[in-house]
Amino acid sequence: MAGAVLAVPAIGFNTVYAVLRFANFAVGSIASVGAFAGLFANTLLGWPVWPSLLIAFLVAGAVGVVCDEAALRPLRAAGPLTVAIGSVALAIVLENALRFAFGNDARGYDVPVYRDWHAIGLHVGPQQVFDALAALFATALLFGFLTFTRVGKMMRAVADDPALAALKGIEARRVAQVASFTGLGLAGFGGMLVGLESQVDPLTGFRVLLSIFAAAVVGGLGSIPGAVAGAFLIGIGEEASLMVLPAAYRGAVGFAAILLVLSFRPAGLLGQRAA
Amino acid sequence: MTAYLASLLVFAGINALLALGLNIVWGLGGMINLGLAGFFAVGAYASALLTVRLGWPMAPAALAAILIAALAGAVLAAITARLRGDYLALVTLGFAQVMQLVAANEIWLTGGTDGISGVPGPLRGALTPAAFDLLCVAICWALVGAALLALSRLAASPFGRVLRAIREDEMVAAVAGKHVLAFKLRAFAIGAGISGLAGSVYAHFNGYIAPDTLDVLLTLNVVLALTMGGTGRMAGAVAGALLLELLTEGTRFLGAIVPALAPVQVASLREAVIGLALIVVLRLRPQGLLPEQRRIFSLEASDGERTRPALRGA
Repeated sequence: MAGAVLAVPAIGFNTVYAVLRFANFAVGSIASVGAFAGLFANTLLGWPVWPSLLIAFLVAGAVGVVCDEAALRPLRAAGPLTVAIGSVALAIVLENALRFAFGNDARGYDVPVYRDWHAIGLHVGPQQVFDALAALFATALLFGFLTFTRVGKMMRAVADDPALAALKGIEARRVAQVASFTGLGLAGFGGMLVGLESQVDPLTGFRVLLSIFAAAVVGGLGSIPGAVAGAFLIGIGEEASLMVLPAAYRGAVGFAAILLVLSFRPAGLLGQRAA
Repeated sequence: MTAYLASLLVFAGINALLALGLNIVWGLGGMINLGLAGFFAVGAYASALLTVRLGWPMAPAALAAILIAALAGAVLAAITARLRGDYLALVTLGFAQVMQLVAANEIWLTGGTDGISGVPGPLRGALTPAAFDLLCVAICWALVGAALLALSRLAASPFGRVLRAIREDEMVAAVAGKHVLAFKLRAFAIGAGISGLAGSVYAHFNGYIAPDTLDVLLTLNVVLALTMGGTGRMAGAVAGALLLELLTEGTRFLGAIVPALAPVQVASLREAVIGLALIVVLRLRPQGLLPEQRRIFSLEASDGERTRPALRGA
């Protein structure tokens, strides 16, 4: 279940990585932006969860594209590492913009509370089932978008070989914008899912950042099916770790997984590019 | 007022040490290290624990802090040696986060989120507070001076030359018969050791350490300091740390200028300024105020001008 929630921002991270070729450290803060956008729609406008998730996607995507264009695109000439460092700075700016507007208080969504379902000796929280379904839905949509639409195919072409794509007349800048919007929108969507499972505050996204990276790296940077597989592995690993480690160390599982994968299969489970 | 100025100078010195530590890894070696806060934490906690729990004097504790942090750096470098830029950024950032988790949760060792208080300072109590502050400034900047001197020598030595070669092209350095991994490991260990020293200075000056000081903002501050000052040049690291202090202290008075802001809003604005400043510097002057001076050897040059100095970037 936890894996399903992680999958969405991890896919977003890998979408950006595949097309723009840099590790966007701002995904955590963008996820928080999405969580707050969803909160606004849900608690202030009184919208149900589904349309609020859509708002989370759209607002996070829009904020993501604007920030990418304004702050990160001018850095691209200096190389991917400079862009990555710029994205760490951007993450701090976004996090503090949220803190400036909403303060540090933890907030929650207006969602009905259900009793846990019991089946064959297992407790299942309806909220978690909903989150998993939402994650599945977002993933399916992205796959459809990449497989069947013209823009989706362009994105894959650029991810595959930017030079060849440019030769074919694909406008790299527009594709980059679409990739940023989709990837960071998904991060926002995932951020609201994380918020639904925990709480919403300016650090909601940052707290899962290491797990998102872990999912992306374990699956293979830039690989979208990889991000899904990686997210489930990390999610399951984090839950399983509760049996042997205190709950506070959940985040360390991702770090251990990153080290392990990079030591033995640097390209990740489903990635083609070597580290 | 003197206490305020003194703490300002000590914190600038701590940032200068951290920037120097980052400079050898990143500026010379070309390896990004977003785990500075982690090594800083190792040094701070090692020094604090050794003095508070085991009653060690400060100097050996600081030395031990340097060694333990250097060891942590070497181990992390050994694991990540093959990694390229963005992977290394991910792993080192993860390392810092895990260190923060450990500091917050191993309560038996670190006191958890309560932190460790009562860390001794040099002659604290024996001196008046003002004299203590002055002594701390002197010690801190003596350490900065020593590190600056040692690292500048190191950068100019064959060791530094090989590191720069590795930064420019690892393959070429390896073909030239340099053991790339060994050089990277040593650079990382030295950088981590200096970050550990910075942590130790912080613990003894402040008298108190807690996990929440060890977050990613600390690392970002140092990256900003080094980028502003000029990566690759040791004096640039120190200049950048001083500039950073001006910047962060300058924003302290935001609250006084705009009285309608809540304290949390002022704090968030100050943090945002750091992020914005880094983006602006990366865009407008990525080579920093004091850029690395590069010698370019040109094949076409006539005998009269065999080598000519040229500035990088711009």
